[in-house]
Amino acid sequence: MEFQLSCPAPLRHDTIQMAHGGGGRAMRDLLESVMLPAFSNPALEGRHDAAVVEAGGARLAFTTDTFVVQPRFFPGGDIGELAVYGTVNDLAMAGARPQWLSAGMVLEEGYPIEELRRVAASMRRAADACGVAIVTGDTKVVDRGRGDGIYINTAGLGAVPAGLDLGPASVRPGDAVLLSGDVGRHGIAVMSVRDGIAFRTPVESDCGPLHGLVAALLDGGVTPRCLRDATRGGLASVLNEIATDARVGIEAREEDIPVLPGVAGACEMLGLDPLYVACEGRMVAFVPEAEAARALDLLRSRPEGAGAVRIGTVTDAHPGAVLLRTALGTRRVLDLLSGEQLPRIC
Amino acid sequence: MKYLDEYRDPAAARRLVEAIRGLVTRPWNLMEVCGGQTHAIVRFGIDELLPEGVRLIHGPGCPVCVTPIELIDKAVAIAARPGVIFCSFGDMLRVPGSASDLFRVRSEGGDVRVVYSPLDAVRIAAENPGRQVVFFAVGFETTAPANALSVLEARRLGLANYSVLVSHVLVPPALEAVLGSPDRIVDGLLAAGHVCAVMGTEAYHPLAARHRVPIVVTAFEPLDLLQGIHMALRQLEEGRAEVENQYDRVVRPGGNPAARAVMDEVFRVADRAWRGIGVIPMSGLVLREAFAAFDAERVFEVEGVGGPESPHCRSGLVLQGLLKPQACPAFGTLCTPDNPLGATMVSGEGACAAYYRYRRHGLA
Ligand code: SF4
Repeated sequence: MEFQLSCPAPLRHDTIQMAHGGGGRAMRDLLESVMLPAFSNPALEGRHDAAVVEAGGARLAFTTDTFVVQPRFFPGGDIGELAVYGTVNDLAMAGARPQWLSAGMVLEEGYPIEELRRVAASMRRAADACGVAIVTGDTKVVDRGRGDGIYINTAGLGAVPAGLDLGPASVRPGDAVLLSGDVGRHGIAVMSVRDGIAFRTPVESDCGPLHGLVAALLDGGVTPRCLRDATRGGLASVLNEIATDARVGIEAREEDIPVLPGVAGACEMLGLDPLYVACEGRMVAFVPEAEAARALDLLRSRPEGAGAVRIGTVTDAHPGAVLLRTALGTRRVLDLLSGEQLPRIC
Repeated sequence: MKYLDEYRDPAAARRLVEAIRGLVTRPWNLMEVCGGQTHAIVRFGIDELLPEGVRLIHGPGCPVCVTPIELIDKAVAIAARPGVIFCSFGDMLRVPGSASDLFRVRSEGGDVRVVYSPLDAVRIAAENPGRQVVFFAVGFETTAPANALSVLEARRLGLANYSVLVSHVLVPPALEAVLGSPDRIVDGLLAAGHVCAVMGTEAYHPLAARHRVPIVVTAFEPLDLLQGIHMALRQLEEGRAEVENQYDRVVRPGGNPAARAVMDEVFRVADRAWRGIGVIPMSGLVLREAFAAFDAERVFEVEGVGGPESPHCRSGLVLQGLLKPQACPAFGTLCTPDNPLGATMVSGEGACAAYYRYRRHGLA
């Protein structure tokens, strides 16, 4: 069993690894080497969370996402809420007003119906809160041991206002980078129940809808270049994706990125970087410099954006890379994560 | 964030940097022993704040990096056995063995679980009496007491299905090797604060005296590091070679006696191979004979596994401070975190990983 140096990549990645779902480099590689070549078409090229397509003269944003979170109930939310907000947020990031959702469920034999009732009720509440209707669905059951209780897929449709074209391709050097609130809460909240780690300060997930923030910006006359919600892979992954896809550099100030003390403490203990920890209710907005101040005010005018801050600027130096200015005034790279972020030993 | 902010305050950092600049009259090489310190230094750019000529050299202080490749191969072989639940701290999962790693074992159907405490592994063993539960006991003196405690706990519960695969290493013998080397370039040492919190500072006095080298026990936050550097440089400039304690808010001279006692009860000191470096006499811990029943190497009789290191990896030199990661010809090309040739590229505390993460795109 010699280590083959000439052909190392297939040795490590000829089967699916957890890292392929982590939102980092491995997932991007999988998309580029398998999915995009297989499915290539102009709508997919937009590299957005939602595709924008035309139907009968209307511009529609269309997106889908599958939710496999363990545990299914966590501080601040549950898998049902997440499945609605996740898809609503993907639509909102394309500038669309979310309107219709589908819900596909894969249930494992033996899964308690009482829990399904709770999850469904929670999906309904979340849908009502976002003004969307769940108009179609599907249910499959798999043998015991071949599922995780419940998996939920949601797809969503919403109309995109005429003339609005959000996406990495619109981002320009000089644009301001805004963040709608503190980062890392969802990942830590889930870990605290999944892995039985008790943190001194309990952390609640930030799981919530973002369509209201987007509407506030658009109605307030701001013309964002690009919007992204930070999910798996956290803020760092969003910034890296935009830097790569838009071929720009991004400079951010580490001190300006809000992290709750409980999240910071938990990360410190586990050796994780909060900038890579998942969020489920945080938006990154790239807006023209001239509109930055107004956009911040608009975001802060809503409760879910009360903690909005400016974290950085787009530059034409170092395209494809995100640099952080540290508290000590030095600079470092904020890279795309390789694989999953793993808690350290000591 | 009060606790952390205190140790990252920019104004205080600037004052310390000024003090260091005012102190230094000639070039000095300081080695930070611990990988956690290395990451903080590279992450906050502390090396860039130091006066010209003062170099920080990264030491062997990452337990993930120095776990011998045979032991990773043994872990892989055990984890792949049917009926085994293999428990590990997260950062061991990506470390390359000669042909595979624990992540890969998991994707091929092995039951490999990330735990946050060895006691979680004991609990898993108690809940799964029909299966063998193995915990990968890796780390310096910092994690050894808790790992020892897990063995005592398993014995108290009468568990016959719990064992540990031990790869504990000790810091002072490694420092002896670094300081005693004929190629030595190190003038002063920043010792690892967490290790000293358990073991105390006594073991460092003979080292400082024998090798005429200042040793400052230092913690991990930017201000801690700057202060530790300042203390070590002041000693060098004044011609002193003493043990000083920057981390006195936590570290006591005698360490933590209760933790040391648990460690002593379960483990004894033995020779140990360090990945990339070789065997360092009396630098590791193994289970005492009384606990042989909890020794995964005996329970599973995994002999004869283990292949060669990648011939391209220079991590041994990196771990001894003799080579900067970017100076390795494989850095960033053949060797990346996605396809690491050595453990120093994947460990959360590895020096190659630190440079790959924080220092590219024209940042030196
Ligand atoms: S860059 Fe890779 S190959 Fe070179 S020393 Fe580091 S781990 Fe080994």
